[in-house]
Amino acid sequence: MSPRQWIRDLAMGARFAVTGGREGWVRMTLTAVGVGLGVALLLLCTALPNVFAARLKVEDARYDNTYSEKAPPKADNTFLIAATDTAWHDDDIRGRLVEPEGKRAPLPPGVDSFPGKGEMVVSPALKDLLASDDAKLLRERLPYKITGTIGESGLIGSHELAYYAGASGLKLTDVSPVHRLTEYGKPDETPEKTDPVLLLMVLVVFVVLLTPVAVFIAAAVRFGGERRDRRLAALRLVGSDSHMTRRFAAGEALAGALLGLVIGTAFFLLGRQTLGSTELLGVSVWPSYLDPSPALAALVAVAIPVAAVLVTLLAMRGVVVEPLGVVRAAKQRRRRLWWRLMPPLAGLAMLYPLIGKGRKNGDFNQYLVIGGVLLLLIGITALLPWVVEAVVVPLGKGALSWQLAVRRLQLSSGTAARMVNGIAVAVAGAIALQMLFTGTQSQYTKATGKDPSRVQMQVDFSERKPLSGVERDFTGTKGVRAAVALATSEYGDARRDPENSNGLTVGSCTALRELATLPSCKDGDVFVTRTRSHYTTPSNADEIAIVKPGRQLYIDPSYDDAERGIEAPWTVPANVRVVDARKDSLQDANGLLVTPAALPAKAASALFSDGVYLRLDPSVPDSREYIRNAVARIDPLASTYGWSATQEDVKYTSIRTGLFVGSFFVLALIGASLLVSQLEQLRERRKLLSALVAFGTQRRTLSLSVLWQTALPVGLGLVLATTVGVTLGSVLLKMTRTPVAMDWASVLTMTGVGAAVVGVVTLLSLPPLLRMMRPEGLRTE
Amino acid sequence: MTNSPPDSLLTAHDLRKAYGPTHALDGAEFSIHPGEVVAIMGPSGSGKSTLLHCLAGIVPPDSGSITYNGRELTKMSDAQRSALRRSEFGFVFQFGQLVPELTCVENVALPLRLNGSSRKDALRTALGWMERLEVDDLKAKRPGEVSGGQGQRVAVARALVTGPRLLFADEPTGALDSSNGERVMGLLTEAARATNAAVVLVTHETHVAAYSDREIVVRDGKSRDMERSV
Amino acid sequence: MSIGHTLLGLLEAGPRHGYDLKRAFDEKFGHDRPLHYGQVYSTMSRLLKNGLVEVDAIEAGGGPERKRYAITDAGITDVQRWLATPQKPEEYLQSTLYTRVVLALLTRRDATEILDTQRSEHLRSMRILTDRKRKGDLADQLICDHALFHLEADLRWLELTAARLDKLREAVTL
Repeated sequence: MSPRQWIRDLAMGARFAVTGGREGWVRMTLTAVGVGLGVALLLLCTALPNVFAARLKVEDARYDNTYSEKAPPKADNTFLIAATDTAWHDDDIRGRLVEPEGKRAPLPPGVDSFPGKGEMVVSPALKDLLASDDAKLLRERLPYKITGTIGESGLIGSHELAYYAGASGLKLTDVSPVHRLTEYGKPDETPEKTDPVLLLMVLVVFVVLLTPVAVFIAAAVRFGGERRDRRLAALRLVGSDSHMTRRFAAGEALAGALLGLVIGTAFFLLGRQTLGSTELLGVSVWPSYLDPSPALAALVAVAIPVAAVLVTLLAMRGVVVEPLGVVRAAKQRRRRLWWRLMPPLAGLAMLYPLIGKGRKNGDFNQYLVIGGVLLLLIGITALLPWVVEAVVVPLGKGALSWQLAVRRLQLSSGTAARMVNGIAVAVAGAIALQMLFTGTQSQYTKATGKDPSRVQMQVDFSERKPLSGVERDFTGTKGVRAAVALATSEYGDARRDPENSNGLTVGSCTALRELATLPSCKDGDVFVTRTRSHYTTPSNADEIAIVKPGRQLYIDPSYDDAERGIEAPWTVPANVRVVDARKDSLQDANGLLVTPAALPAKAASALFSDGVYLRLDPSVPDSREYIRNAVARIDPLASTYGWSATQEDVKYTSIRTGLFVGSFFVLALIGASLLVSQLEQLRERRKLLSALVAFGTQRRTLSLSVLWQTALPVGLGLVLATTVGVTLGSVLLKMTRTPVAMDWASVLTMTGVGAAVVGVVTLLSLPPLLRMMRPEGLRTE
Repeated sequence: MTNSPPDSLLTAHDLRKAYGPTHALDGAEFSIHPGEVVAIMGPSGSGKSTLLHCLAGIVPPDSGSITYNGRELTKMSDAQRSALRRSEFGFVFQFGQLVPELTCVENVALPLRLNGSSRKDALRTALGWMERLEVDDLKAKRPGEVSGGQGQRVAVARALVTGPRLLFADEPTGALDSSNGERVMGLLTEAARATNAAVVLVTHETHVAAYSDREIVVRDGKSRDMERSV
Repeated sequence: MSIGHTLLGLLEAGPRHGYDLKRAFDEKFGHDRPLHYGQVYSTMSRLLKNGLVEVDAIEAGGGPERKRYAITDAGITDVQRWLATPQKPEEYLQSTLYTRVVLALLTRRDATEILDTQRSEHLRSMRILTDRKRKGDLADQLICDHALFHLEADLRWLELTAARLDKLREAVTL
């Protein structure tokens, strides 16, 4: 067969698609829109590397390096900067106070001029937020006048909340979060080595998300196939041979795919704008970040049409187009199992050598991972038609709606399976990933040792604050049920350069009880703990030896090389008691615990606040916002954070977020394709439906049969998906050397989500079904 | 106004029905006695199918009255009309009426099952009717595997299986050659007479209409009873 | 119909009496119109004269005519020639119905009424034929079909004319 004739036939087919009248156009539009959706998603994926790079570039450019060893001296080009990050509900707000110290001080990226004192420049999203009605509390916290906005070059996404506020008189001290810099930007550093397991996750996430897209595109080029076959029959009648007809069909699919590329690009450009102005799971980007990498985009542009032609040729193999109609290999052979088992088995074989590698033995072979996962997932599409057929053939008895559905499935189990393929592949992938994530979660989640039921928020002041009044400040704040303030100081056994020195913690009886088990306590008591929590050698015997009743000690002793301390003399009172430290003490450094009245008056100025621990009133909404406002009033540079029991690895979290975002798109896409093919099928049966209604079939019976017809293959598809997903998940866990544990809850969730998508699609197809059952469908004239 | 005889089974008076700007029916009249075979004839697009659809309660007319056995069809709910179609009426169309995935005997049994018969009973009765229409050897075949004439006879069996009092046939031989058409018509009218079912027969072929007892011609949405006008 | 050729053809199967010939004719082709015995007699004497049949035997007895006829070789040739020659198709160019319609139009009478009346009449005949066909044997069915198809052709003409009545009126009344 000469390539020229191939091209001629394909072109001819494409022309039939374009000139095929209304029906041809409908068919081609369906295909093109389907392919277009897939293409848009693929282009989005090809743009992802760019998104990461662009975000990283901005983050690096605006980075204020606070880890430099030594602050440069004040000069014409220096500025002071302090991080004042805060949060509004669940959104983080990046905040900075800046104070230029000279005329040549550099501006932060995206900012035109320094805001003056009491002024700020904000990101557009923060501007909108501040202008909204319910942001009254945030306006109180950020009382600066808005004088400008931060440009795109200073933000990592259109919805990032960020501001730079002008300040004056920032103090550069050892303990304050203020830093003096000469420039923004991250110094070069050696890149971190990526954790092989994380890399494995990224690979699997991509394969799992993209395979359903591929399956979807394959389904899309076959939209409306039955009508097309009828048209092809007419072509056979005027003398084209069966090979030519197949190429015509491929040509039609090609035309649809090419149009799909155009539509997909349009979708992508539209989506780019939309994505640039929305936020998903806390992630937003700028449209300009979504630039597909040329090589990958070119790959998409070539692969899609080629795949369209191949899929059509493959699909047409089972169809014999005769001049007077289409014989869909009427008495079909039963599908054979053996070759359908090949892809998944081959996939397992590819993954097998990777088992037991774990995190420590270098990277996983990318090709084996991609190939193995891909084959396992694609294997579903090969197995599903067999499963549906095998299950459906012996069925048939039962209610009428059931019978109608089963008989339909028996006649065209392939169509039914094709519809479900996408969702089954997506669910299987999701189950495997979920298992991988749950299994490895403990490796990427650290326990913080903090108990959020005891304390919900903690405030660390930026500078040493006198203890008196701090607790009072917070007990009056709305939303606070209890506030515990701790202060620290230092004591030594000599006025100057003591031989032994140690920290001491000062707090009320209530506060101290959060650190140690006190048998009794009244203001004026002094305790020393028998052990120190969180220490590798917990025994506190040395300190107990120093703190003996009657011994003369000095609070805040002076040292040679530093400024002079308060040097308040303090005699250890007689009632000092040895107590047990609480295992869940709020602080690490509890040794000497003192109530305020036990200290001499002079020592008061040597005490500095060491954090306020807050228990919130759950009945007050926005309690956290009130507290953040109170903190901002007391100390704008203080950091406030909520307590949580665990902390996840940032990269691990972002991969998982990426998976959720991707799954959302893929499921939406699959839902759309299901709906289209469902409507297509209904339209083909319009006449029959009307006839059935004419002789009195209840709509309920027909609706139920449509439901069965979808539910049955979907149920089977989900069972198969669960099997493959659990297998793949177990293999992946074995590869990462993680004990295989079944997380049935998430398996149920994933299958539930898959079933829900189908449910929604069925619901959406009911109104058209009911409309089609109207007797007008009988009209022929 | 036509004064319908008191013993008529189905009477329609001054039926009007428009699809958009087209007046498919424009004051049509109709009546049929029990056991009578009435042919509705007329050029394409004259409204004969619409008349049949209205008479059968498939499509509600815009105005006019249809009385079946003393009950006003136009005042019934959709569910009531569906029930009536299931139990009292039978239908044969030109094509596209057999459910392709069900076997022939299951197709014939379909109306019985819609009426709530058990599967077994329905299949037995269906097979009886298939014998009567000489298609019992096709029972396990699917509609796609039988010829047009056979399929149409299966459809007739299905229309008669519930023992309807009124059979509606819309171009029942339209897709058949004349000898197969004759066979279908012969079996259809014979079976209808045997069960005393009345037949409303829409056709544009006179030799099919010749199987009727009486002829009504529809032109431009108006009906004309050819017997009474003579 | 050529009665002579038909009787000759019937004789080809073997010699028959005149009475038998009439019975066989009526049974197969007579339908509505049985043959008069006189017709048989006159036809047979014409065939005898032309040498296409001969008298095989004359039986003694009471009947008016007890001759038994047999076909001659010339007769066989004649039947052969008759069957092989195609019949000239009827042209139906002289139609009373057409004349009546045009006259009605010319005299401004209701031509539709004429057409509809005729239509009913035709259909009535068709019904009778259809009914007879249903009850009869294959021979009945074939002869009825022949008639039915002709009637159907007439009916189609009636329908077409009804649809074109306005144009026809313009044409004839110009």
